[in-house]
Amino acid sequence: MATLDIYLLEALINGVLLGGVLALLSLGLNLIFGVIDVVWICYAELIMLGMYAMYFLYVVYHVPIGVAAVICIVAVGVLGVLLHLLVIAPLLGAAPINQLLATGGVLFFLQSAATVLFGIEFKNLGLRLPVLKLSEMFISYSRLLAFAAALVGMVLVYLLLTRTYTGTAIRAIAQDRQIMTLMGVDSRRIYVITSALGGGLAGLAACLLVLQYDVHPFVGLSFGPITFLICVLGGLGNFVGGFAAAFVFAEIIALGGLYLDLEWGYVFAFVFFIVMMFARPEGLMARRS
Amino acid sequence: MTRPLGWIAGVALVALPFVYTAAYPLHILIIILIWSFAYTSWSMMGRFGLVSLGHGGFMGVGAYVTALLWNHQAVTPWIGIPIALLAAALLAVLVAYPCFRFRIIGHYFALVTLALSGIVLQVITATRDQTGGSLGYTPERYQGASSLYALQFGTKTTWYLIALAIWGAGICVWYRVDRSMLRYALEAISEDEDGAAAAGVHVTAEKLKITVLSAMMTALAGALYCQYQMFISPDTVSGISISLQMVFAVVVGGIYVSLGPTVGAVITILLAEVLRISFGTRAVGWDNLVYGVLLVLFIVFLPKGILGSLLDVWRRSRGRAALST
Repeated sequence: MATLDIYLLEALINGVLLGGVLALLSLGLNLIFGVIDVVWICYAELIMLGMYAMYFLYVVYHVPIGVAAVICIVAVGVLGVLLHLLVIAPLLGAAPINQLLATGGVLFFLQSAATVLFGIEFKNLGLRLPVLKLSEMFISYSRLLAFAAALVGMVLVYLLLTRTYTGTAIRAIAQDRQIMTLMGVDSRRIYVITSALGGGLAGLAACLLVLQYDVHPFVGLSFGPITFLICVLGGLGNFVGGFAAAFVFAEIIALGGLYLDLEWGYVFAFVFFIVMMFARPEGLMARRS
Repeated sequence: MTRPLGWIAGVALVALPFVYTAAYPLHILIIILIWSFAYTSWSMMGRFGLVSLGHGGFMGVGAYVTALLWNHQAVTPWIGIPIALLAAALLAVLVAYPCFRFRIIGHYFALVTLALSGIVLQVITATRDQTGGSLGYTPERYQGASSLYALQFGTKTTWYLIALAIWGAGICVWYRVDRSMLRYALEAISEDEDGAAAAGVHVTAEKLKITVLSAMMTALAGALYCQYQMFISPDTVSGISISLQMVFAVVVGGIYVSLGPTVGAVITILLAEVLRISFGTRAVGWDNLVYGVLLVLFIVFLPKGILGSLLDVWRRSRGRAALST
């Protein structure tokens, strides 16, 4: 009995840590969602490119890992701006679904560009962080790191949004995009800043994911869909909701994985998502109006 | 003028496999026809702004239910396929009814259906003891090479005619919908749901009708693909990338015209084949690279797709000719 409980506890703790990773993943996407009202279907592919950047900088060019992480974050941020200027900006006036489909095209493009450039071999940093052993439980140090980074990232984004002039403008645009331009806010500039920020967060996620997972061109498909679902479940653009949703999802996956199979964990998470969409279409933490 | 042209094209398509019997081009044609049918099924609802990313799921249900019933229960595909279609319809109602009831539209609808194709993919992978998981699944061969009972045929010609008939039926259904009240109701809904409801359109019921029809047709495409290829895997008939592939091909071909999805299938499959033949394994990834760029360019510059835009140009020039005479 005691051993079973320790497995359960381990699964729960790993669920919380996985939740941290998922929360970090959804943070940038949520920002884009909330402010520009666009779904970046290719968000996970930006992370994939970030992971490749880390791999090449650290393994091939022997850049110190801290510097590599900074370069990676900046580079993915620039990618985010490029994505916005080249694909999203011309489509801002079109139906939302067209924007979604166009970023779907970018998804195909980035995936196959990675296949062509880097090949389909799995690559990793060859860096193994120690595993924390707490009495009988094993907790991955890299997950702990990702969890901490997600918390720090969220606090930083929160401070940026509430304490700075640009942040205030971003929140205002998210509330009413027509009126803000009349108030003298350059909405195009705000969109570019937001895209850079969203891309930068994807870069941060990439730095942490590359510590745990091998990178290959299709790695985005393994965590992309779940990231969207978390954002929608949390309520688009609602950071606290997204954070809560990430942990709920992670616990469902962890517990499903403990009792049945990892795939069933995902199935339960998806079913839970669909049911919740009907119960609370505005998201978990939506205020009742 | 177009009517006799259509008949000539139809006769030519039917006569083709008797005149031209090379196996590889016929195989490509069959694949094109099957996917054209699947894409047409998707466009049935896609053209009314109901963008579903869950059709990979319906296709997977069609293929796997048919194959599983055949292998485990020895149910002939003649009964298995209708059961598979019903299963797909049930799944569609289960997900779509609450969506429409609670007015989940636009990209929210796309994301809910995305979850659906994720579910089907994960269920297939998770039940690997029955379905073979991500390694794929093969319906068992029945006695000889060809059998009507098992819907297994050795010759490409037979398959070509079957695929052609089903594709033709799909185009007919498209036209039936195009000329029905359903179309007007759905167009009104896609313009303005409240306005349509106020004008007496039963929004939920009309949307549900087209969704179930589209889902069943997609499942049929899945079953057909399974019977023809005799091998299915979650990656080839199900999942998110198949769903995206459907949307992409239809957008490129033209979402609002009957033959648009077919043109999309021809372009995408030929592109992949040409790249594969001319570059071999070095071409891995290049086809999707071109797809991706095309998709973005099309949505930005030609949202009506290739065929749709061509028809527009043709109509405009004909209109100008009519004015000048």
